[in-house]
Amino acid sequence: MEPITTFSANAAALPTANVDTDQIIPAKYLKVTDKSGLAKGLFEAWRYLPDGSLNPDFVLNRPETAGAQILIAGDNFGCGSSREHAPWALTSYGIKAVISTSFADIFRSNSLKNGLLPIVVDAETYHELVSICEEDPTVELTVDLATQRLMLPGGRAVGFPIDGFSKHCLLNGVDELGFILSAEDAVAAYEAGAPRTVNTQG
Amino acid sequence: MSTPQTLFDKVWNAHLVRPETPDTPAVLYIDLHLIHEVTSPQAFTELRRRGIKVRRPDRTLATMDHSTPTTPRNSLGIIPVIDPQAINQLDQLRANCAEFGIPLFELGSANQGIVHVIGPEQGLTQPGLTIVCGDSHTSTHGAFGALGFGIGTSEVGHVFATQCLLQRKAKTCAVRVDGRLNPGVTAKDIILAIIAKYGIGAGTGYVFEYCGEAIRALSMEERMTICNMSIEGGARAGMVAPDDTTFEYVAGRPFAPQGADFEAAVARWRTLPTDDGATFDHELTLNANELVPMITYGTNPGMGIPITGVIPLPEELPDAAARQTLDKALAYMALEPGKTLLGHPIDVVFIGSCTNSRISDLRQAAQFLAGRKIAAGVRVMVVPGSQQVKAQAEREGLDEVFKAAGAEWREAGCSACLGMNDDKVPPGKYALSTSNRNFVGRQGPGARTLLASPLTAAATAVTGVVTDPRTMLDSL
Repeated sequence: MEPITTFSANAAALPTANVDTDQIIPAKYLKVTDKSGLAKGLFEAWRYLPDGSLNPDFVLNRPETAGAQILIAGDNFGCGSSREHAPWALTSYGIKAVISTSFADIFRSNSLKNGLLPIVVDAETYHELVSICEEDPTVELTVDLATQRLMLPGGRAVGFPIDGFSKHCLLNGVDELGFILSAEDAVAAYEAGAPRTVNTQG
Repeated sequence: MSTPQTLFDKVWNAHLVRPETPDTPAVLYIDLHLIHEVTSPQAFTELRRRGIKVRRPDRTLATMDHSTPTTPRNSLGIIPVIDPQAINQLDQLRANCAEFGIPLFELGSANQGIVHVIGPEQGLTQPGLTIVCGDSHTSTHGAFGALGFGIGTSEVGHVFATQCLLQRKAKTCAVRVDGRLNPGVTAKDIILAIIAKYGIGAGTGYVFEYCGEAIRALSMEERMTICNMSIEGGARAGMVAPDDTTFEYVAGRPFAPQGADFEAAVARWRTLPTDDGATFDHELTLNANELVPMITYGTNPGMGIPITGVIPLPEELPDAAARQTLDKALAYMALEPGKTLLGHPIDVVFIGSCTNSRISDLRQAAQFLAGRKIAAGVRVMVVPGSQQVKAQAEREGLDEVFKAAGAEWREAGCSACLGMNDDKVPPGKYALSTSNRNFVGRQGPGARTLLASPLTAAATAVTGVVTDPRTMLDSL
């Protein structure tokens, strides 16, 4: 995983609430056994017209926002299916951060494991960001993970919360598996003391 | 005296390998890891890349359900898989399970089925366990007083490697359902009503505990239907305190404790229910007495109404965002605000999915279809949740009831719930579905899904239009 520190990028507004992971990546793309082809399927129903051509009205298809790396989306982003293919699709397309008023729990957890930053802002800031993007689709925002600040045009900075452990992992590009593996002794001790409840082989 | 604890607190605390600190999440032990072909391959790849084994294959079980066809068997008794991508996914699961020593319920074998149907059916799902799967409907297992929740593929890899997950403790939310259900109203209607009342984000950050008279009166299969859709209310997990109904269901199942071990387990399980005086961070309520069959009209599971009601008018909604959501949903669904859904023509009826594919669901549907024919032009798919459910239904003659009515009796799997196998709803067509999600394109590109109970589905199959099942109760 690449470390995230500070980056500035164009932001695209998708002011739709409850974007579910079936919209982010439809199930037909989940038949892969690796992570291939997911960028193509990102937001398929919105990004493409029925004939397969790009929908010129969809925000990521407009020339000004075609390279956007920050997505601003409505409340409860990533609800529904637990598919990690959703953050995989977003990151392989090039999205590095999603800004919303809230994220579904599993999507948020999956994103943090893939270097995709879920940034929670209050409703007022969200609406301000959507307006800014609509007024100037080429707008760039700066994300500073170390100080947990989002810099808006004109210099205003908005703080955002993030779990300290997740922040550490993102800043240093380390994954969580190494941390749990280091708890091996504690796991073995737990197993020695816990009742035997399940044996799928027996 | 110790501090009163909730059911969730007890299961959480009993599985702490390391408690959480301000700087680090808890290391939580996982008792049972269920896997399937869609969300596991990349995790196995990661294990191989790092040279790590599956730590506890004896706490892991694999099945095939999502990308599998449910087409009836050929003359050799084999379920034919045609889709090359599905073949590849199933081949990889077979190879991965063989390499890492994980038991696999192979497609078409006697115990194969939807992952959330087979865990309980086999007696693997037990009170007080932590259960995870790369599937959001793992909340189903909470019906037993287990902590079951969906995880992503990275976390599937974590559990493979360590049998543990890094977790921050969720907040608790009591979901109190008082009163008793009236005839024709089901567990599915309870959960659809809760989600319609409180919205699909209400449970974000919480674990639900369903309680109250109406919940206590439910069978295990009904409790599973409710816990299954906790995630549709935003909660990663939903639990019900175990009681005699739970213990009777678990008793004697293949992987359940037997004999004296079972008695000892029951003694432990009886200590799990929430203590008197324990507090929840939040509470939601519903009165079952007032409930009628529910149905959804929109493109998320919170867009539901009583079947006797009308689709909301945009001007009734509180803000512009909600009005925009409704407008977009109704445009997709080609439905009009202010109208009833009763009498609306339906093209496909789907009875199945991890929400409603158990034997009691099939019995309910069959009682409406017995001696009747499905309406002309309607495709009715009945898809049992597992091979065990299928075999039981066939012992009871339910398959003959469905076939005589003109419905399709299919093999076990996720089927038309999620549009990633051959079972899909055609573009623009309306499906009355007992599954859990009505998202845009969920059942196939352009498919229009109305979620409801198996009773409503069966009544609708007979008439071909959205039908209140209570109008058919007298004719049973």
